[in-house]
Amino acid sequence: MPLLCARGVSFSYRDRRVLEDVSFTLDAGEVLGLVGPNGSGKTTLIRCLGRLLDPEGAVLLDGRDTRSMSRPEIARTVAYVPQNGGISSSATVFETVLMGRRPHLRWSVSEEDKQKVSEALSLLGIGDFASRRTDRLSGGERQRVLVARALAQDARILLLDEPTSALDMRNRIEVMALLARLAEEHRLAVVAAIHDLNLAARYCHRLLILKDGRVLGRGTPSSLLTSGMVRAVYSIEAVIKDEMGVPYVVPLRPSENDNLVKIL
Amino acid sequence: MMTDFGREEYARLAEKRALFITGLIVILIALAGVAVTIGSAGLSVADSYIAILAGLFPGAVDLPDRMVESNAVGIVWGWRLHRVLFAVAAGFGLAIAGAVMQGVLRNPLASPFTLGIASAASCGASIAIVLGAGLLSGGLLVIGNAFLFAMLAAAAIYGMARLRGMGSETMILAGIALMYLFSAITSLLQYLGTADKVQAVVFWMFGSLDRSSWPKLGIVTVVLAAVVPVLLWRAWDLNALAEGDETAKSLGVPVERSMAGFMLAASLVTAVIICFTGTIGFIGLVAPHITRMVIGTDHRTLLPASGLVGAVLLLGADCLARTAIPGTIVPVGIMTAFLGIPFFIYLFMQRRDA
Repeated sequence: MPLLCARGVSFSYRDRRVLEDVSFTLDAGEVLGLVGPNGSGKTTLIRCLGRLLDPEGAVLLDGRDTRSMSRPEIARTVAYVPQNGGISSSATVFETVLMGRRPHLRWSVSEEDKQKVSEALSLLGIGDFASRRTDRLSGGERQRVLVARALAQDARILLLDEPTSALDMRNRIEVMALLARLAEEHRLAVVAAIHDLNLAARYCHRLLILKDGRVLGRGTPSSLLTSGMVRAVYSIEAVIKDEMGVPYVVPLRPSENDNLVKIL
Repeated sequence: MMTDFGREEYARLAEKRALFITGLIVILIALAGVAVTIGSAGLSVADSYIAILAGLFPGAVDLPDRMVESNAVGIVWGWRLHRVLFAVAAGFGLAIAGAVMQGVLRNPLASPFTLGIASAASCGASIAIVLGAGLLSGGLLVIGNAFLFAMLAAAAIYGMARLRGMGSETMILAGIALMYLFSAITSLLQYLGTADKVQAVVFWMFGSLDRSSWPKLGIVTVVLAAVVPVLLWRAWDLNALAEGDETAKSLGVPVERSMAGFMLAASLVTAVIICFTGTIGFIGLVAPHITRMVIGTDHRTLLPASGLVGAVLLLGADCLARTAIPGTIVPVGIMTAFLGIPFFIYLFMQRRDA
C-alpha cells in the first residue's frame, strides 16, 4: 500500500481554481519532487496533502482518508516544513525543534523527546546553536531548524515547501542528500516542492510537474526532463545534458513565442 | 557517541525557570507581608499581624486594649487583607490574560487594551453611570455593564475574525477598531453627562483597588481557579500557535477552535477583573514581556511566571499608590501607567525591524 495517496485533489481560493484533479501515489522510501513555475499550485498541493487546507478529492495517509483522522493523528503521520521559515516566536533552537514533539507529548518533556530533538539537531548539523534564539539565525540556519523540527516530529511522511530556497549551494546539496538518505533508511515518503530542476533531478526519485494547477507530467527525472517539457512548463529554451545518468538542465533563453520576448 | 546537543542547556533553562518562579513567589509573599502593614490607620507591623491571626482564629488570640480600641481586626480584615489579595489575584489574572493574547495573536502589543476589551468595559460602566441603564440593578449595575460590554467586545472581535478568516491581524485590527468605537461612545456620554456623573465615570476609569471586597475577591478567585489550570494544560497549543497558524495546524493543534478558546478565556479573566477595578493598564502588556525576557517563551512556565510578575507589579504599584502621597490613595491604574509607559516606550525602541 502506498504511504501517501492523492486522488483527484482540487482546490479553489474563493472562486479561483488553483489545483485541478491532482492524483499520485508515493511509497515509503521515495522522494517526490514537485516542480513547476511560480503560482503553479505547488504550495497549495503541499498544504492540501498535510490537510492544512481542505481540498476536494481525497488524501490517504497510510491508507486512511485524512477526513476521518483527527489533527493530532495527522500530525503524527505527516510533518510539514513551511516555505521561508516563518518563525515569529523568540524560542531557542532546541525549543523550536522540541515543538515537533507536540503531537506526541502530553505536558512534560520526556527523555525520549529530548533525545529525538538532539538527534534531529545533530542530523542537520545545528547542534552548536541549540540554545540560540531561532528568530536571530540566518535564513539558511532557520530552514535547517525547521527541517529538524519536522524530523523530531517522527512522522512517516515529510512535506517540505521549498526546503532549500534559503540555502547556499553546499547546504542545498546537504539537505537534499539528507532527505534522500532519511527516506531510504527510515522508509519515509518525502514530498518536496523545489524550484531548482537540477537539484530535483539529482535527489528525487520521481517528479510531478505542475502548471496552472494541473499535472503536466509525472515520472522519473530522466523520463520527464526534456527540452520540450521545459519549454512547455517554463516557456524557455533549454539544453538537457546528461550528468552520469542524471539529466542536467541548462537554460538558454525565453522561448520565441513568449510574451516577454515580444515586449523586448 | 550519543548526541547531547542542547540538552544540557535546556536543562539549565528549566532550572532558571524554576528559580525565577520560586523567587517571584518569595518576593510576592514578602511584598504581601509588607502591604498588609501599610495604611493610614497607624497600626504597627506587629499589630497588623496579630490582627490577621485574631481574625483567622477568633478567641485564640488575646487582643491588647489598644487594638480593640482602634478596631485593628476590623481594619486589617475589612480593608487591607482583601485589597492585598485582590491586587495579587487581579495582577495574576491580567498578566496571564495578556500573555495568552500575545501568544495567540503573535503580537507583542496585544493586550486587553489594544483589543478594545478594556475600553468596552469603560463604555459599559459609563452607560450605567450616566444613563443608569443596564441589565443588573443596584450595586451590580456598573459592574454588570462593564463585564457584559467587555465580553461583548471579545465576542465581536471573534465574530469579525470568523467572518474574515481567523487571522491574528484581523483580530488585532478588529480590536483596535472597537477600542476607538467604545472610547468615542464613552466620550459622548461624558460630554452629555452631568458633572457629578462625569466625575464618577472618570473615577471608574482610573482603575482602583478601593472597591475590592471579600465577595469580589471570591468571584475573581473562582474564575481564575477555573480558567488558569485549563490554560496551563493547553500551554503546548500556545507554544505551537506562537509559531504561526499554519505550523500550529501541522503540529496537530485545532487552530480556529484553540484561538477562540484562548481568546474567550483571556477575555473572561480580564472582564471579571476590570469590571471590579476599572481599567488597570499595562499589567497585561508589561508582565508577559518582562517574563519572556528573563525565561523565554515556553508557555508552560511563561503563563504562571507572568501571572506572578503581574501580581508583584500590581501589588507593588498599589503599595506605592497608597504611600506616595501622604493622605491620598492614588488610583492604582494611574500608578501602573506611570510604571508601564516608560517600559512601553522601551519596547518600541527595542523592536527590531524584521
